[in-house]
Amino acid sequence: MKGHSLREYVGLDEVVGPIFVIRNIHNVGYNEQVEIVDADGKSRLGITLEVGRGMAVVQVLGGTSGLSLNNSRVRFREEPLKIGVSEEVLGRVFDGLGNPLDGMPKPLNEHVLDVNGLAINPTARDYPRNIIETGISSIDVMNTLVRGQKLPIFSGSGLPHDMIATQIARQARVKSEDFCVVFAAMGVKYDTARFFIKSFEESGVLDRVAIFLSLADSPSIARILTPRFALTCAEYLAFQKNMHVLVIMTDMSNYCEALRELSTIRGEIPARKGYPGYLYSDLASLYERAGMIKGVNGSITQLPILTMPNDDITHPIPDLTGYITEGQIVLERELHSRGIYPPVAGLPSLSRLMKDNIGKGLTRDDHPSLSSQLFSFYAHVKDIRALASIIGEEELAPLDHQYLKFGDEFEKRFLTQGYFERRTLEEGLDLGWDVLSLLPRDELVRIRKEDIDNHYKARTP
Amino acid sequence: MAQIAGKVYRVVGPVVEMEEVHSLRILDMVEVGEHHLIGEVVRLKGDHAYVQVYEDTTSVKAGDLVYTEGFPLFAELGPGLIGTIYDGIQRPLQVIQEKEGVFIKRGVHVTALDRQKRWHFVPLAKDGDMLAAGAVIGEVQEAQLIKHKILVPPDAQGKVVWSAREADYTLEEIICKLEHNGQVRELSMFQRWPVRKPRPYKERLPIAEPLITGQRVIDTLFPIGKGGCVAVPGGFGTGKTVIQHQVAKWSDADIVIYVGCGERGNEMTDVLLNFPRLIDPRTQRPLSERTIFIANTSNMPVAAREASIYTGITMAEYYRDMGYNVALMADSTSRWAEALRELSGRLEEMPLEEGFPAYLPSRLAEFYERAGKVTTLQSVTGSISIIAAVSPQGGDFSEPVTSHTKRFIRCFWALDRDLANARHYPSISWIDSYSEYLDDIKDWWHTHIDKQWLELRFAIMELLQKEQRLLQVVKLVGPDVLPPSQRLVLEVCSIFKNAFLQQTSYDKIDTYSSARKQFLMLKAIMYFYRRSDELVRKGISVQEVKETTAHAELMRMKLTYTENDINKLEQLTGTIEESLNTLDF
Repeated sequence: MKGHSLREYVGLDEVVGPIFVIRNIHNVGYNEQVEIVDADGKSRLGITLEVGRGMAVVQVLGGTSGLSLNNSRVRFREEPLKIGVSEEVLGRVFDGLGNPLDGMPKPLNEHVLDVNGLAINPTARDYPRNIIETGISSIDVMNTLVRGQKLPIFSGSGLPHDMIATQIARQARVKSEDFCVVFAAMGVKYDTARFFIKSFEESGVLDRVAIFLSLADSPSIARILTPRFALTCAEYLAFQKNMHVLVIMTDMSNYCEALRELSTIRGEIPARKGYPGYLYSDLASLYERAGMIKGVNGSITQLPILTMPNDDITHPIPDLTGYITEGQIVLERELHSRGIYPPVAGLPSLSRLMKDNIGKGLTRDDHPSLSSQLFSFYAHVKDIRALASIIGEEELAPLDHQYLKFGDEFEKRFLTQGYFERRTLEEGLDLGWDVLSLLPRDELVRIRKEDIDNHYKARTP
Repeated sequence: MAQIAGKVYRVVGPVVEMEEVHSLRILDMVEVGEHHLIGEVVRLKGDHAYVQVYEDTTSVKAGDLVYTEGFPLFAELGPGLIGTIYDGIQRPLQVIQEKEGVFIKRGVHVTALDRQKRWHFVPLAKDGDMLAAGAVIGEVQEAQLIKHKILVPPDAQGKVVWSAREADYTLEEIICKLEHNGQVRELSMFQRWPVRKPRPYKERLPIAEPLITGQRVIDTLFPIGKGGCVAVPGGFGTGKTVIQHQVAKWSDADIVIYVGCGERGNEMTDVLLNFPRLIDPRTQRPLSERTIFIANTSNMPVAAREASIYTGITMAEYYRDMGYNVALMADSTSRWAEALRELSGRLEEMPLEEGFPAYLPSRLAEFYERAGKVTTLQSVTGSISIIAAVSPQGGDFSEPVTSHTKRFIRCFWALDRDLANARHYPSISWIDSYSEYLDDIKDWWHTHIDKQWLELRFAIMELLQKEQRLLQVVKLVGPDVLPPSQRLVLEVCSIFKNAFLQQTSYDKIDTYSSARKQFLMLKAIMYFYRRSDELVRKGISVQEVKETTAHAELMRMKLTYTENDINKLEQLTGTIEESLNTLDF
């Protein structure tokens, strides 16, 4: 807020959904804060979506219900949307716009920051280097998570993505003093939010978590800002307070739908499935806020969760997300219905930052080739299963039977683990070898001889 | 000096509508508001003008003044480009970081080329020489291996009436004066060129040489010629960026321009940290000494993303005009097309398929036509090759950007989701990819490597096609019903895929294969196939062939033989022959 008094206007010209148009005004900047006071004296927040000579289009974050054309008062704040931040945000619960929900006063502001953030200069970025051991083998061994990475969970409704996210948050903490979680819930049900808060509580990290809730019953438009508030907080904690911040954002599909809703109301030209053409740029403006900066100890690691509409990975939301994030953990309904937890799909899951951060001197020498071999065998298992479903299992060659056996063990022993089971990377790798040893040595074409000599112990199923 | 060009009338995202406009021309560069945000005029209507702004327009108001210098958006071309990292409108990001810190703020005005730095200029033109446009005035050693020719700008010519002696000069000092029709024009070591206008050349030449990338599936199966265009489409996670990086690292171009257009910040960081450390196998110098980077990551302003492609190709043309072979990596052109779509939407233009504007194909065509092999104005040969990643929505190659791009390129590396899922990298599909450059470049292979090249290349492609058909059968009835000779085809294709096509970018030996090594590997595999085929027809089982040392040798050869062991690789065919002969009795 600038020091001088604010200009106030009375009366609106048009209200459509969460948007209103106001005319006969001047000196209003694009993308700035607006305060709207309705006839009852209730105040709500808005931002300018479009400004022109003598007019502005404003998006109201608290919804427009109860606004009248004549009696509404509008104040232009002449600055973009901002949030006050300090370390006191940890352990607190806020609504989607940064107001406390836990009945306690607003935390002290050490800094007031623009929620839109600024792009990190690519020359100032540091390449993510340290792996985060999540204790989940399907991630650690197969799709290693790296500090500063953005790795979304592609899920579907009814799949245990929330459990996986909380399990990672619980098991990934290395040293408690510099680790914290920023949690943003967008349009999820109260139960889901409750589940997260409860599991943070149970694992004793609640005082290291800042929670931003924009639940399913709050105006959809506020959802667009929730992740921006959360990420601004995260940037402060990571880059000014040197913390390692894990940002969990759920559910990105709700965020995108809010964006589509707004775009439609504004009469914009839609691109695919009614989503606006700038969906990619908009998502990037969130996801790209993950990372590390040279000379700064902290980091932002993002774990966005999105439910793929109809389990369709080619839907614009997962599709554009996949083009921005550094890999994805895909959950598979078929594994889930067979009772396998975590149901991490073997093949479409990927961590792009893995290759530079595992192997000799980083994790274990055999890690890269072991994971590559497991991936390729598992792909082959899928082919054999397809063949078996046509010609019948009895007709398969003996080697193919061995592959099927491998596939079963891979899913039931390697992938499967308990919600509270923390498996170290070492244990995960050894288990991988154990499963691999079901297959004859000659089949292991992707692994170097030394590694095979060291780890391979042939066993007959 | 900047003049007032008009006032802001309306702001919608990155598009600003101006009023009270008098003298602006289409594509003139303007500066908007108190921060002097850089933009470009894209439409004129009455006294209104529409501007696409290259920076975030937050807080811009109606009534803000707009300034112009009356130039179109240009690139600065001169010594100092090599090794620098720019944003989409050619602002050096390192300089911005020194000035502004780790985050990119708005309204930063810095020159693309360092005005303080002194370069050692060696004059090559003498007083009295008649210089045409594009002729050489002198040269500067820009990097250890790059002799930067200082050329007469395309719009100048005349008699040298004065030239500077050999010494160190800054970029702004006059190094030559040309007289033409009584007018004297003073030239310094740098020039400006509007990025949307192709730089002129004398004539186009046919493509005759491959761009050797060191990637086996590319050079051997789907080669690109120097001066050619290739599109690399693939869904996310199929390895587009790794292929771009590999080609940028190992291709035998003289200059590489790497345009990161709307992609990930961490990937650009990877490139920036790695290129100074990696050594070019041909020149033994760090790769950054031949590379220019343009980084407009996905969270940087969308209009600058649209411009980044043009900034890149203009620099490419500049080095082409000096007689260099330039390779331009564009990752990804889909982001560029989407930026076009976004801006078109904001301008309320009529959308076509998937919201893309009707002029998408013509913009793509204009861009790809700036590649090619040419005789430059100074009558030397130079080329630009474009390696363009395409990110089709949903991995669907029938979407507008991929399908239109296909019309303007002659080489297509289709990335396959199933291969990527099985971690078969590079995941270039041997079924869907093609190269129309084979005929143009076969003579090069035959002269420099071996006369058998094209024949062996077609032979292996034929086997792969055959395998494709056989796999259909196998899918239905299993492999056991196939006769041994057909099972051998499957086996050899499996060797070829594992031992040849798969190439690991993070293995020191495997990351690069010279043309010679590729040929010898291919020859060894084909020899193995032909000899084993004879044996199998004599009744030897495929399993017996598979258990020979020859088989094991083939599977290992890509990692066993370094580039220094090429002579040993020449003997491999002999080893295979001996090994297989033991089965023949």
